[in-house]
Amino acid sequence: MDTTVTAEVDFDVIVAGAGIAGSVTAYRLALHGHSVLLVERGPSPGSKNLSGGVFYCRVMEEAMPGFLLSAPIERRITRNCLSFLSESSFVNLDYADDRLAQSVTAVSVLRAKLDEWLAAQCEEAGVVLMPGVRVDALVTEDGRVTGIRAGGDELRAHVVVAADGVNSLLCRQAGVRGPEPLKHLAVGVKSVIGLPRRVIEERFNLTGDSGAAYAIVGDCTKDLGGGGFLYTNRESLSVGVVLRLDDLARSGESSAELHDRFLTHPVMEAFLRDGELLEYGCHLVAEGGLAMAHDLTRPGLVVVGDAAGLTLNTGFTVRGMDLAAGSALAAAGVVDAALKRGDYSQEALDAYPRELDKIFVGKDMRTFRRAPLFLENPRMYGDYGRLLSDIMYGVYNLDTTPRRHLAAGAGDALKNSPLALLPTIRDALAGVRAL
Amino acid sequence: MSKNPWGTVAERLDRNRYETDTEQPHILVDQEEAARAGAGPLLARICPAGVYSEQTDGGVGVLYAACLECGTCLAAAPPGVLSWSYPRGGMGVIFREG
Ligand SMILES: Cc1cc2nc3c(=O)[nH]c(=O)nc-3n(C[C@H](O)[C@H](O)[C@H](O)COP(=O)(O)OP(=O)(O)OC[C@H]3O[C@@H](n4cnc5c(N)ncnc54)[C@H](O)[C@@H]3O)c2cc1C
Ligand code: SF4
Repeated sequence: MDTTVTAEVDFDVIVAGAGIAGSVTAYRLALHGHSVLLVERGPSPGSKNLSGGVFYCRVMEEAMPGFLLSAPIERRITRNCLSFLSESSFVNLDYADDRLAQSVTAVSVLRAKLDEWLAAQCEEAGVVLMPGVRVDALVTEDGRVTGIRAGGDELRAHVVVAADGVNSLLCRQAGVRGPEPLKHLAVGVKSVIGLPRRVIEERFNLTGDSGAAYAIVGDCTKDLGGGGFLYTNRESLSVGVVLRLDDLARSGESSAELHDRFLTHPVMEAFLRDGELLEYGCHLVAEGGLAMAHDLTRPGLVVVGDAAGLTLNTGFTVRGMDLAAGSALAAAGVVDAALKRGDYSQEALDAYPRELDKIFVGKDMRTFRRAPLFLENPRMYGDYGRLLSDIMYGVYNLDTTPRRHLAAGAGDALKNSPLALLPTIRDALAGVRAL
Repeated sequence: MSKNPWGTVAERLDRNRYETDTEQPHILVDQEEAARAGAGPLLARICPAGVYSEQTDGGVGVLYAACLECGTCLAAAPPGVLSWSYPRGGMGVIFREG
């Protein structure tokens, strides 16, 4: 097969979608001196994008040196809480560490602002940005992706990068990736609640630009797979629920009502009180883990970020933005090499998944490959939270009955819960292995 | 239902910004398929924006202008019920926070 393409192209590379994955890919390729078109369907980059908001941003120092100094970040996350919510209780594993302020591995972000800034960096590096344009389809010739179709026009490139997010209609229409099973997807329903800076700092025990992130499981989803989140921004809170679609579809619950139920839980109400609603939104989350990260290349095509299924939900953290940036770095390196050699074949571009396996993206996807299955366990979302709250109740409810050791109290709580000891131990072991 | 201090979904969406495509709706429901599959209640329940409603005549109402473009309905609807695409370039919801 002829693998070198000599046909006229409009750009060396066309990137579809200006989220984190698309912008980082475009930026890196422009730095390498290639002509790059970045097409975004939103009127401005970021206007379609939504995440919970904690960006594990260390990778950006490599992708865009100086990121921390100039990007519109909200707060540096120095307090991480893993919380179990029940109807009446809130049990927290609260981890605050000054070292996190020094090393800055996580920041809170709001995507409308961040993505607009990323795309501006791209333009400065020479990328041609085309906002307000929806890519309607990938153009293929003889099984090779040769360009895009948008608004009746066709544009050609040596390589097309699909960075069009979790639904990736482009890959779906082109038959590159099929629809994912429902259990690989979750819907995030989110509100951004405005509050004065001082109030946020008082309620979350913060100073300066430090920030807090709560990952919450239990009563927030009425036992559905998923959880709640509460993140601090400079002058607002990002708060919402993530609901696994297989459970949601089966359950009879309403996504909007579960969101409202979480926000009006007395514990949440105390954080959000007197705030002003700035925005209500929703977005899908890729939850399939390694099982969803397949079909990343075709001749003339690479798939990056959420479009490639690269998100990790470990229960403690939802990570997609860092994997989007990491996959973009890897893809840009491989596409750069392909452009230099003039070889855009499947074999040439298959260096990209191999590259992913060498860096944190592939390694972490592999390490946490058991997490999705573990998090499918319904006991994670109901009974364990209640068990934990009963144990803590036993410790602190000093009602003048004689106290017993923690282990005995825990044994009682377990006896009174619908949980059986063996499956509980099995779950604990599975959790240790999966997470 | 828990009372959200920030109002109903519709009231909350009123604060969002939209550029509605009045010429081409981006969601179409095949009413016959929807009725056959009993998809109305599912769609009404799972959509966070309240786009879908069960009509008294048994049909499914579609307020596509309120759509937040998440793709939940597309993923969960029985095959053949929805034809769903992103709105045309520049149209649809415009998040200011994200
Ligand atoms: C509720 C929620 C909470 C989350 N929390 C976190 C978190 O705390 N930390 C974290 O790291 N990750 C989190 N994630 C995941 C994270 O948001 C994603 O992994 C990340 O946004 C993926 O980036 P991306 O660039 O691949 O895709 P996206 O950000 O979705 O970008 C895709 C882009 O392509 C554009 N596009 C799509 N189709 C077309 C088309 N046909 N033509 C032109 N443009 C198109 C879109 O408008 C968009 O700009 C969360 C996600 C959700 C939904
Ligand atoms: S895409 Fe999301 S917001 Fe739009 S109609 Fe479907 S479920 Fe509702």
